[in-house]
Amino acid sequence: MFLALTLLLPIPVSNRKKNKRILSEKSYGKLTARERILLLLDPDSFDEYDMFVEHRCSDFGMDSNKNKYPGDSVVTGRGRINGRLAYVFSQRNVLCSGVVPQISLIMGPCAGGAVYSPALTDFTFMVKDTSYLFITGPDVVKSVTNEDVTQEQLGGAKTHTAVSGVAHRAFENDIDALLNLREFFNYLPLSNRDPAPVCECHDPSDRLVPELDTVVPVESTKAYDMLDIIHSIADEREFFEIMPSYARNIVVGFARMNGRTVGIVGNQPKVASGCLDINSSVKGARFVRFCDAFNIPLITFVDVPGFLPGTAQEYGGIIRHGAKLLFAFAEATVPKITIITRKAYGGAYDVMSSKHLRGDANYAWPTAEVAVMGAKGAVQIIFRGKEANAEAEYVDKFANPFPAAMRGFVDDIIQPSTTRMRICHDLDVLASKTQSSPWKKHANIPL
Amino acid sequence: MGIKTVAIHSDVDANAVHVKMADEAVCVGPAPTGKSYLNMDAIMEVIKKTRAQAVHPGYGFLSENKEFARRLASEGVTFIGPDTHAIQAMGDKIESKLLAKNAKVNTIPGFDGVVKDADEAVRIAREIGYPVMIKASAGGGGKGMRIAWDDEETREGFRFSSQEAASSFGDDRLLIEKFIDNPRHIEIQVLADKHGNALWLNERECSIQRRNQKVVEEAPSTFLDPETRRAMGEQAVALAKAVKYSSAGTVEFLVDSSKNFYFLEMNTRLQVEHPVTECITGLDLVQEMIRVAKGYPLRHKQADIPINGWAVECRVYAEDPYKSFGLPSIGKLSQYQEPLHVPSVRVDSGIQQGSDISIYYDPMISKLITYGSNRAEALKRMEEALDNYVIRGVAHNISLLREVIVHPRFVQGDISTKFLPEVYPDGFKGHKLTDLERRELLATAASLYVAEQLRSQRFLGTPRIPIAKSKRSSWELSVRLGDGNYPIAVSKDGSSFSVEVDGMKLNVTSEWNLASPLLSVTVDGTQRTIQRLSRNASGDTRIQFLGTVYKLQILTKVAAELSKYMPEKAAEDTSSILRSPMPGAVVAVSVKPGDTVSEGQEICVIEAMKMQNSMIAAKTGKVKAVHCKAGDTVGEGDLLVELE
Repeated sequence: MFLALTLLLPIPVSNRKKNKRILSEKSYGKLTARERILLLLDPDSFDEYDMFVEHRCSDFGMDSNKNKYPGDSVVTGRGRINGRLAYVFSQRNVLCSGVVPQISLIMGPCAGGAVYSPALTDFTFMVKDTSYLFITGPDVVKSVTNEDVTQEQLGGAKTHTAVSGVAHRAFENDIDALLNLREFFNYLPLSNRDPAPVCECHDPSDRLVPELDTVVPVESTKAYDMLDIIHSIADEREFFEIMPSYARNIVVGFARMNGRTVGIVGNQPKVASGCLDINSSVKGARFVRFCDAFNIPLITFVDVPGFLPGTAQEYGGIIRHGAKLLFAFAEATVPKITIITRKAYGGAYDVMSSKHLRGDANYAWPTAEVAVMGAKGAVQIIFRGKEANAEAEYVDKFANPFPAAMRGFVDDIIQPSTTRMRICHDLDVLASKTQSSPWKKHANIPL
Repeated sequence: MGIKTVAIHSDVDANAVHVKMADEAVCVGPAPTGKSYLNMDAIMEVIKKTRAQAVHPGYGFLSENKEFARRLASEGVTFIGPDTHAIQAMGDKIESKLLAKNAKVNTIPGFDGVVKDADEAVRIAREIGYPVMIKASAGGGGKGMRIAWDDEETREGFRFSSQEAASSFGDDRLLIEKFIDNPRHIEIQVLADKHGNALWLNERECSIQRRNQKVVEEAPSTFLDPETRRAMGEQAVALAKAVKYSSAGTVEFLVDSSKNFYFLEMNTRLQVEHPVTECITGLDLVQEMIRVAKGYPLRHKQADIPINGWAVECRVYAEDPYKSFGLPSIGKLSQYQEPLHVPSVRVDSGIQQGSDISIYYDPMISKLITYGSNRAEALKRMEEALDNYVIRGVAHNISLLREVIVHPRFVQGDISTKFLPEVYPDGFKGHKLTDLERRELLATAASLYVAEQLRSQRFLGTPRIPIAKSKRSSWELSVRLGDGNYPIAVSKDGSSFSVEVDGMKLNVTSEWNLASPLLSVTVDGTQRTIQRLSRNASGDTRIQFLGTVYKLQILTKVAAELSKYMPEKAAEDTSSILRSPMPGAVVAVSVKPGDTVSEGQEICVIEAMKMQNSMIAAKTGKVKAVHCKAGDTVGEGDLLVELE
């Protein structure tokens, strides 16, 4: 596991009081590198590398002794988080991608080519108000395009977690970020050769969840919160959501089922009716590929009315972006369990880890509607408004899980309250799943 | 009883408990009560369709509606309740008082008219009996009201009031009425059949109220002696007989500090708090009502009605007790577990895990009843039951209920209808921790934190890269609770923790099941059931302890020390924004963008659960944006209006 903490202030902690630069950093609410490491790693577990490396810059008087510090530029080394090995680096290697999980925590400004360091890692987290990421800063933007923009607007935590999708989570301050990083670390395996970690779990795996029997509203047009479902089935209601503010029509994140880490993907009916669009497809696809790369089983909750129609989406290339999610689910060889809670319409149904994409266990709740599209739209297209009773007939025929179950597209229709139990049982059985793909240099996902 | 039942429900209640329990269920309309539960046409339709023979109206809604009873009668359907005549007579405030007077039931004595002089005032006051209240008849409410406890005060009161009556109102008439000091609300349950038999089933003490709504009830009352009880019971029965009452009913009395009691009103239906009477008498009131409606005579004689033990009922509401003893809260019950494992507990509820508490109905979650061979036992069980009640997803009043039942005044039985405002003059603020309790809470929280940390190092299976086993057995923490920061040292001592707080060592043991909503923790031999409501990686923890929810932040000493370098995030300037204090519907918006408002000016009106709340501007300024319009439904904390 590689962890990158940008802007590791290189001054030994013992010098905090003496050093002017630290005093000025303090007013920005930042910690020094060694203070960060103290919070991130288990006590006394840090072994530092390259402490004696100095910068080699000689221009503008940088080579004078007052501008030289031992342990300059970055702090790197090895330590433990809850007993498990972690490497703290400032630069990573593309070759490590898919071998060990890599996480970047942006704790200060990061500009120019340096932004590609976090961009190449699996997860990028930011600290609110004190961290920025941009290719070119506000001054350059002003001089080139005459656009007035602040650092915060251009590349602050809010911009990257809600607008650009560059960062995956934002935290209140350095301490909050580091403590959350420790917790996040516990979800992840150390490498692609390790299984998803299993923690000691006090939540019974056969716990029934009675509220799920009523969570889907009677009116099929009414929204509900997919997070309610996820929290209620997960161990101890804990869910570490990834990109909670971006493309909110899809929910992705990590939870545990009977102690074992799982990746959860779910359509969010509360936002844009849970439809798939360009951003949600890309968000989902990247998450699915991470889970597949690191042996984390995938649980998918489906309530999707379709792909978002319109020129904006078609011109934006929804076909190739939607294909990413389809590709990611299809190529994934980790255990895949899917629960259709309500709508599973058309192509979007296919994409959402359907049986046709080598799903291991695909379930439908009694409220599920597996069909090409909703009754109203279908009847309009088929009968052009000539058949008055056709809609009721369509609802009767297709707005239920039975046609799909009869064809084997869903393995069972389950009582929603038993969902947690079913998933936990399936995960036990699927723990030894192996599936090999034909030799290739790498697959060609439609980027 | 072998009776098949049909439940009616509104469309939002389609999954309600009563619907599931009934043999059949029919939807009578959309959520607003006027269109469903009060919609007589729809309900009559259902009765015809299902060929129901009798209707139990429950409490509230149509239970005291004579029109409904009349329509049922015209269709030949039995109304499980009294005759329309009794409903009508008791539904009218003036008529019921007259009837009561004629049936020789104590009513509040008084005189309303011209009083010649002070001597006459004294004569009237003596007739009524001290203390008396004197005021100008024309003055509304409590305005110009004077209380006189003896002749001297009566003369003085007469002088002031008659002057005021003449000068302020130009009306000489005075009202002299019995003043009921420290009134208690005590009611008598009656049960009558159609054959002229009537019984009194003892009293219920319902003095703990907020905004005239009962919160805690018990039976019997600590205040009544057998003579008063019999006198009240006999008068209640006399009244029931006078109106030819049949079915169960309740006669409400105000009782003053000298055990004088006065008729208030009669409720011609089953009361919410009827379970406490059932507990101490052993009668099933609903069953008796059905028998009576069928025409059977009563099975019991007055001498058969016992007082066995003591029963207490707490009304558990989805409301925030920190706002005027309870403002409604809405939401989904994400977790809900009734304390049925505690002995002698009865929970009457219509909701379950996953239920929505909506703005359409009374926000009552349940009635929690405990029973004991004596009052102390019933109260002890109530404490336990409240601690073991799991309600998540909505605000609830468990903290207030628990504080009331352990308050020394309540425990001694020294209560009145003014109990809450007297005991909490500045509003309810939750439990106030003693030093010992605070140490217990801190030790428990710190131990929970360490238990969690230890668990997060325990991975199952054998990983490829060995996990470094921590040999750590002691932790230095810093816990923030309220305004205080407490350094705490925890060391592991076998399966328990030894915790040092404020220089004192406490021993904390538990099973440390971190998934269970209820945690049994023993600190230095004192066992308590606590609930950890939430935790996060940043150390923020919410613990329900002695009924009240406490927010704590638990950090290692190192993290706490470094916290001082973290920037203070500027809090939102709340004076220029107006947020909804509770969920409800916007009734009216009095401003539009660009308007200038002055401090204290009404900006909009929110209605929630029958209450209208005026939202006022916190400062003078120009309206920047209005985010709501009349008719909107808003949630707690929703932005309504922004000022510049």
